[in-house]
Amino acid sequence: MKIGIPKEIHEGEQRVATTPEAAAQIIKLGFSVSIESGAGAGANISDEAYKAVGVEVAADAKTLWKQSDIVMKVRAPEQHPELAIDEIDLLPNGGYLISFIWPAQNSDLMQKLSAKQATVLAMDSVPRISRAQKLDALSSMANIAGYRAIIEAAQHFGRFFTGQITAAGKIPPAKVLVIGAGVAGLAAIGTAKGMGAIVRAFDTRPEVKEQIESMDAEFLMLDFKEEGSGTGGYAKTMSKEFIEAEMALFARQAMDVDIIVTTALIPGKPAPKLITKGMVESMKPGSVIVDLAAEQGGNCELTEKDKVVVKHEVTLIGYTNLPSRLANQSSQLYATNLRHLLTELCPEKNGVINVNMDDEVIRGTTVIKEGKITWPPPPPKLSAAPPPQTEAPAYPSEPEQQKKSYLTPAVKQLLPLIIGGLALFGIGAVAPASFMSHFTVFILACFIGYQVIWNVSPSLHTPLMSVTNAISGIIVIGALVQLSASGNLVRILAGLALLIASINIVGGFLVTRRMLEMFRK
Amino acid sequence: MMSQSLITMSYIVATILFILSLSGLSHQETARRGNYYGMLGMAIAIIATALNGSFNAYVILIIALLIGGAIGVTAAFKVEMTQMPELVAIMHSLVGMAAVLVGYANFMDPSATLIGVEKTIHEVEIYVGVLIGAVTFSGSVIAFGKLSERISGKPLLLPGRHWFNLGLLIAAIFLGRLFLQQAETGSGIVPLLIMTGIALIFGIHMVMAIGGADMPVVISMLNSYSGWAAAATGFMLSNDLLIVTGALVGSSGAILSYIMCRAMNRNFISVIAGGFGTASGGEAAAIEGEVQPVTPAETAELLLAAKNLVIIPGYGMAVAQAQHTVNEITRLLREKGKKVRFAIHPVAGRMPGHMNVLLAEAKVPYDIVFEMDEVNEDFPHVDVSIVIGANDIVNPSALNDPNSPIAGMPVLECWKGGTTIVLKRSMASGYAGIGNPLFVMDNTRMLFGDANATLQEVLKALKG
Repeated sequence: MKIGIPKEIHEGEQRVATTPEAAAQIIKLGFSVSIESGAGAGANISDEAYKAVGVEVAADAKTLWKQSDIVMKVRAPEQHPELAIDEIDLLPNGGYLISFIWPAQNSDLMQKLSAKQATVLAMDSVPRISRAQKLDALSSMANIAGYRAIIEAAQHFGRFFTGQITAAGKIPPAKVLVIGAGVAGLAAIGTAKGMGAIVRAFDTRPEVKEQIESMDAEFLMLDFKEEGSGTGGYAKTMSKEFIEAEMALFARQAMDVDIIVTTALIPGKPAPKLITKGMVESMKPGSVIVDLAAEQGGNCELTEKDKVVVKHEVTLIGYTNLPSRLANQSSQLYATNLRHLLTELCPEKNGVINVNMDDEVIRGTTVIKEGKITWPPPPPKLSAAPPPQTEAPAYPSEPEQQKKSYLTPAVKQLLPLIIGGLALFGIGAVAPASFMSHFTVFILACFIGYQVIWNVSPSLHTPLMSVTNAISGIIVIGALVQLSASGNLVRILAGLALLIASINIVGGFLVTRRMLEMFRK
Repeated sequence: MMSQSLITMSYIVATILFILSLSGLSHQETARRGNYYGMLGMAIAIIATALNGSFNAYVILIIALLIGGAIGVTAAFKVEMTQMPELVAIMHSLVGMAAVLVGYANFMDPSATLIGVEKTIHEVEIYVGVLIGAVTFSGSVIAFGKLSERISGKPLLLPGRHWFNLGLLIAAIFLGRLFLQQAETGSGIVPLLIMTGIALIFGIHMVMAIGGADMPVVISMLNSYSGWAAAATGFMLSNDLLIVTGALVGSSGAILSYIMCRAMNRNFISVIAGGFGTASGGEAAAIEGEVQPVTPAETAELLLAAKNLVIIPGYGMAVAQAQHTVNEITRLLREKGKKVRFAIHPVAGRMPGHMNVLLAEAKVPYDIVFEMDEVNEDFPHVDVSIVIGANDIVNPSALNDPNSPIAGMPVLECWKGGTTIVLKRSMASGYAGIGNPLFVMDNTRMLFGDANATLQEVLKALKG
């Protein structure tokens, strides 16, 4: 099937849905790929780079949409600014579309796509299960957004992040508060930490405490018992009391920190308002707030979507296109996510996609199948959070097992000694003196062997076995003694034993030598 | 011609040289010298015995030494390092065989002049020597067959096998009594022959019932038996040199068996009784999830991005003959300033120390090859672990699933590091026949294919 990648038309959108590396892999799956001329320009990828891996370049959007069976985009379809035609109308009837859709917010778009008998896979609807992680575009974009949030903050913040003591005076480190420790939040924590700032983080879900602490940031505890984990690893709306306690915490922190990054989102709902006007006023002049929830209305009351504004001497950054501001990187990750999705869709690698609705990942991602709206999918079964630990272990406890053994440990330890002692005593009672002298030698040799062998380096265990093989050929002595005895049968047996034992002696020593020659520093 | 005292003195020297030979193996630096001590000791022992005044069979001695020596030389130089376990197994069988032959020869020797209790003890010694020798012989032959895959590696579990073994033991004791009674009158060859047959069957049955994963234990156990067989021969001939050497070899094998059992968290008795995991209680947890395959090129990128690497070889590396490619990759990565180490599980491979020998053959320097205990604590700081053809020794269910057949066995905890790359031919389970949750962990990547071929591609990608 033919995959088309149009140039993104949303204002300020620099990303592109495939890169030459990903395209090469997609072509290997049996697809042919074409791209609208200049589609990669925003991400610094030239048409030539695409051509080099066998991607066709279509001159304009209309030709591209027309010839493609599958269209892969970043943003959801919208009115084309130059052609004055909606992208949905460009999509052939019954075509496939893979892009971000946000079906909850865009019911009009869903209706239109449904009317076109299209099959639509929404990259924002990939279920959050571990198997689907490699195609989770939300996570990969959130990672970039978190990084870029700190970079933007640094751009507008008038000081160093890291503390320094210089000849010209002491510089205190910047203090960063990250609210919401999802993928974006953790990326922001990591970046800020890497730049030397003091980082604090807050999240309603207690299970992320460890993740935050693993990034070396401080987890702000709220002295309040309420579990904030919803299904699918996302947060849910909290009770009124909880929110009050939370707001009090933010109010205290706002006075102290220099930079706040908010990433709090609840799926399908407007972003919770966490930073009030009053808190912004209480912040130090020159402070920065980066509101990653600006698209959904913002976590801060004063955020203006897509703009940087200064209010009460605090810079409020409301960009909604942070991933696009790192276009090459995010295109790469997004393209890889799409490639993984195609691999899932085309298990036979024959260039034909099969929207298999029995597959949990594909089922969740598909929002319209042949004109029929299939969104929302049935809820995923697994939560990203581990099940709560119970106090009691699952397996039977110790005392039960001990009942089975009626011997006490002391008896168990003594028993072999007693038996051994009795056996030795028994032998001593009947054996003649000549036997006893040999027996003495035998027991002492066992102990020497025990001491010597424990010191052998485990890496030399194989040479040890071959050298013991060789020296157990000492049995040749037994054969030699018999050899001079009278009687032909005895001599033949002894001769055979001699022959066999000499194989051992020669073979054992030589193979040991060969092995030991190999060990070198 | 030498006097009896001179011969005894030569034997003492030989004994000391053998002990030095074994103690030399405690370090790589002294190991070669130790081997030469062993050769010297053996030469002294043989020459001293041959110079004994009553010895007259020089022709047979020289012919047998030449033939046996020629076979030994051929075997030693032709054997592939991957076939070492087979060679060791077949050599154990030779010791067992020789012990049986010497026992028979000694029994038939008409020059014996012992009487009373001494005679009885001597006959018991013959009987026990032949018994141990025969068990060692047939057991080692079966072990050889299993290792060279001429016999299936699966344990053969006869119904009522423990009763069968018990029956054989009782028969052997009964025949022993019969043998002693008849030996009083000079006969007794029949019970001895029947007992030899029983001992052979017992050896076969014992090793047949043991699974392939327990091979390292079996090999060391047979090593131990071959030593006891030599010691028994020593008692029979009243020869202290044989007793001491046999005891040294016997305790060496016993300690190796103990080390191997501990490394698999298995009871020695249960290994010998045979069958793997037949005694475990509940159902082991099923493994669910999806593996994440990678290409050789992606593997190369992962390796280049890492600083601290650990390579975990298993029997699969030996099968694919990948050790040379592994060494090239190691050298390349070390040249790039990366820390590369090898982590060897005690039971990796089919005999104790097997992996070390293979790596040494490929010229991997031994100071970057570490034991399990030396590396295990370090895994949280390791960026990438590469598991080559190993399965059970990196199975996390040994630690966290009390129902797993290998529960409690110490394993290499590679999953605690950054990324684990597992090289595997396919998704088949390991020798123990159990699933491995490591393969479906989030930080595990699977590189499928023949280990040597895929590693060659990785090497190419690393160079390119």
